[in-house]
Amino acid sequence: MAIIERPTEAPATTNRGPAPAPKASTNYGYLRRPVETTGWRSWAFTVDHKKIGIMYGAVAMFFFILGGLEAALIRLQLAGPDGTILSADKYNQMFTMHATTMVFLFVMPMAAAFANYFIPLQIGARDVAFPRLNALSLWVFVFGGVFLNTSWFLGGGADGGWFMYAPNSAVPFSPTNGVDFWGLGLQITGIASLVGAINLIVTVLNMRAPGMSMMKMPIFTWMAFVVQMLLLFAIPVITVALFLLMFQRSFGAQFFSVEAGADPLLWQHLFWIFGHPEVYILVLPSFGIISEVLPVFAKKPLFGYPFVVFSGAAIGFVGWGVWAHHMFASGLGPVSVAVFSVATMAIAVPTGVKIINWTLTLWGGKLTFTTAMLFAIGLIVQFTIGGLSGVTHAVAPSDTQQTDTYYIVAHFHYVIFGGAVLGLFSGFYYWWPKVFGKLLSEPLGKWNFWLMIVGMNLTFGPMHIIGLQGQPRRMYRWTEFRAGEGFFNLGFWNLVATIGTFILGVGILLFLVNIWITHRPNSKTGPAPADPWDARSLEWITSSPPKEYNFARTPQVSELDEFFHRKYVDVGEGDKHEYVQRMTGEEVIQFEEDNADPNIHLPAPSYWPMVLAFALPVMAYGVIYNTLLIVAGGAIATMAMFGWALEPADAEASDFDPPVEGDETSKELANV
Amino acid sequence: MSDSLITETVKDAVQIVKDHSDDVHEHDVHAGDHHSGDHDDHGGHHSSLGLSNTKLAMWLFLGSECLLFGGLISTYMLYRNRHSENLGPDQLWDIPFTSATSFVLLTSSLTMVLAVSAANRKDLRNTKIYLGVTALLGALFLAGQIYEFTVFYREGLGFTTSLFSSSFFTLTGFHGVHVSIGIIMLVAMIGMLSKEKVSGDEAEAVEMVGLYWHFVDIVWIIIFTLVYLIPA
Amino acid sequence: MTDTIHTPSAHDQHDAKEHHGPSDMQFVTIFFILAGITAVEVAVSYIDIGPFFLPVLLGLMVVKFFTVVLYFMHIKFDHKLFGRLFYIGLGLAVFVYAAALSTFQFFAG
Repeated sequence: MAIIERPTEAPATTNRGPAPAPKASTNYGYLRRPVETTGWRSWAFTVDHKKIGIMYGAVAMFFFILGGLEAALIRLQLAGPDGTILSADKYNQMFTMHATTMVFLFVMPMAAAFANYFIPLQIGARDVAFPRLNALSLWVFVFGGVFLNTSWFLGGGADGGWFMYAPNSAVPFSPTNGVDFWGLGLQITGIASLVGAINLIVTVLNMRAPGMSMMKMPIFTWMAFVVQMLLLFAIPVITVALFLLMFQRSFGAQFFSVEAGADPLLWQHLFWIFGHPEVYILVLPSFGIISEVLPVFAKKPLFGYPFVVFSGAAIGFVGWGVWAHHMFASGLGPVSVAVFSVATMAIAVPTGVKIINWTLTLWGGKLTFTTAMLFAIGLIVQFTIGGLSGVTHAVAPSDTQQTDTYYIVAHFHYVIFGGAVLGLFSGFYYWWPKVFGKLLSEPLGKWNFWLMIVGMNLTFGPMHIIGLQGQPRRMYRWTEFRAGEGFFNLGFWNLVATIGTFILGVGILLFLVNIWITHRPNSKTGPAPADPWDARSLEWITSSPPKEYNFARTPQVSELDEFFHRKYVDVGEGDKHEYVQRMTGEEVIQFEEDNADPNIHLPAPSYWPMVLAFALPVMAYGVIYNTLLIVAGGAIATMAMFGWALEPADAEASDFDPPVEGDETSKELANV
Repeated sequence: MSDSLITETVKDAVQIVKDHSDDVHEHDVHAGDHHSGDHDDHGGHHSSLGLSNTKLAMWLFLGSECLLFGGLISTYMLYRNRHSENLGPDQLWDIPFTSATSFVLLTSSLTMVLAVSAANRKDLRNTKIYLGVTALLGALFLAGQIYEFTVFYREGLGFTTSLFSSSFFTLTGFHGVHVSIGIIMLVAMIGMLSKEKVSGDEAEAVEMVGLYWHFVDIVWIIIFTLVYLIPA
Repeated sequence: MTDTIHTPSAHDQHDAKEHHGPSDMQFVTIFFILAGITAVEVAVSYIDIGPFFLPVLLGLMVVKFFTVVLYFMHIKFDHKLFGRLFYIGLGLAVFVYAAALSTFQFFAG
């Protein structure tokens, strides 16, 4: 148990070494509790949401690079006619794994990184509702992602496309274990997402600081909250699909055997009922991020905060009614197609509301074009382009031409890359000083931004054209004969797209370079100021990086944009607003620290989340190779769950020095 | 506190929009001031809604399980008629037997609810007794399922025999696994109560097991009707 | 002792409110009602009641379902949020799966 003492002079710190809990050596469960506060063990067994968030982000960034390499290979193959870099089989694996990696192992976990790090800080909490479950989510994700990628070395990656249509994904057509690794890997990462969703929903509902009603929550937390609700209900659907596929492949069940009378559309429905909410899961966190960034760098509050909140909820809600727009060409019949077509058009409305609100936030504001702001504005522009092509897909007749062509590829890359990814990068640059205590280089950041913008538009822009020119998706090579006439034919645009890919790659590389020069041992970058951006929301009322306990005392909240209103008071008369600064950010933070809580207790680290997480890939390997491993993994899992249940999350009152009664202003953390 | 988080949030939002008129800024200060659910200033464990984290988590989990079982049930409903002539529901089901096992599971829900009631009264002894009976009834139900499946198997219905059989065994298998996990939790709860190893509120822990157990029961209510009682 | 921190007095007021609900006897009564409904369901599956068969059967199933949810799972007596969170899941499940099945012409005749 980490016990923070608050003598008035010394800053309370965890570096005072293990707390009086070598009582942490009390053997609840089978293992002594980890007590290290420094070194790798303080990361591996942590339950601190901030460390967990950073680890999520670092691993997600690794997978981003991996997915990017997979994309680069695809584009190299398609740069010229008769490509020889990838065989047809390898090509199938490449686009499947590229998409799977980017969606499940990069964007989702990176959003989880932001959500994990910032939700507690934005609502004034010390941690999430279930800290050990939080650690479990992280490690399950890490092990699941690694497990999935071991397929490369064990017979080949999955090769049925990220949507894995059956019966193509069944054994006769996908005989290697790639699809098995895919299905089992996603089951594992699905557990991470589901558990994380429950955790964060309870955190948002139940652990807000006093005075913070739902409509005073920072907007990022709102969007992330909607995302967790989507995850909660969408993950079980793909879970069903993956189980059916696994039973088909590994145990001979008949779910997708056409000769037995099966209907292949069953897979498609199950997958896309998950898959459509999934794309909102991908993009809403980024919407939340830029909804934070734009007001700060426009020096104006978010325009129409309630509309942004409700349009986010509306997108989440209506998003459940549109999935079959991924199936317009599958033979659903005109009635179904018409219904889903109309529903899809409807969902453009709340999205449009957001675009309007963001634009009006900028309108009349005093704009500062920091890198974070550039990425945020970039999202508005690029996502709108993607949204417009999306509207053309909603019209089912035109989609019939577009489907399975590169026009679709263009659309989803504009919304995912131009939407989700640009938003994440905005978040990186905005929150880097908060998380790491240093500002990333702005000049380098601008190069990063512009190269990414030029790169992505050169890569994905032409795909609209080649799609309408007839280039199908998932085609491993093109020939001169097929390239069409004229100069601006398939050949030309494919080459442009490949060049764009490498420009994009350089842009992303610059981001990594930026991190390196900021944090390398002999870096000249000094510590960041406490409030570098003159920000608005609660997470900035902490040190940079925040102390382990986040807030010196639980903040009392009275307004939306609480931090802003503590710094600035409105002295205008009537309807006029005139804001005068009464405190600097540093002073606000200092004031809180001067009134700090005397006793803060935090949940203790634990081995069990990692042990339980480890059991899952063991069982998964067992499904593929040897049933005994399933038993072994199951035994480890059971043991871990019992160890977990028997280990209390809080120390006994006598562990505190001085001993505490029930009346301290620390947060109750559930015993999970 | 107000009895509806959602109502309060909507009210706040409407208030913000109403205050909006020509300015965007200050209404936020006032909206939500009419009080939105903080039980603060009794020192202690502030929680925004005054609700148990664990209970919220369990209900969220059960909500998600609706999607899981819904998918399995739908798969079954789609494929229930895809079988060969003499190996379909009408030929195989033994309704009296399944009615009996259903009744057993239903009874276990009663004993579960009595266990929770005893736990709330801090009546440890009866809590453990009722938990034990619940676990036994659950095990009896499972035994009935296993018996039923072996009969089907002997009559020619294997997991891979037909679409109907795959869907049936998957659906009931998932349910059975959930029952098994429930039994383990019940037995573990008895053990932990005996050794006073339950961290936190004991009555609440029993209630959580109860919620899970009842959910497993209501899934069976649906399965029993849709799968067994509706003829082909 | 483990529980000083975990048993804040403030919650007891809420607990007291939340744990009024059916008494043990009432639970037993509800159980017998549920058992009776089950018996009726089984009987209906044997007796021919023509076109009423499906609506009656499904109706009884729904009554049993919600009886357990409202009373045994205590939603009727607990804070409304719990029920709402659960019903969102239930509602979504019914909606998406009914929609999917209808694309298979499942409900047609």
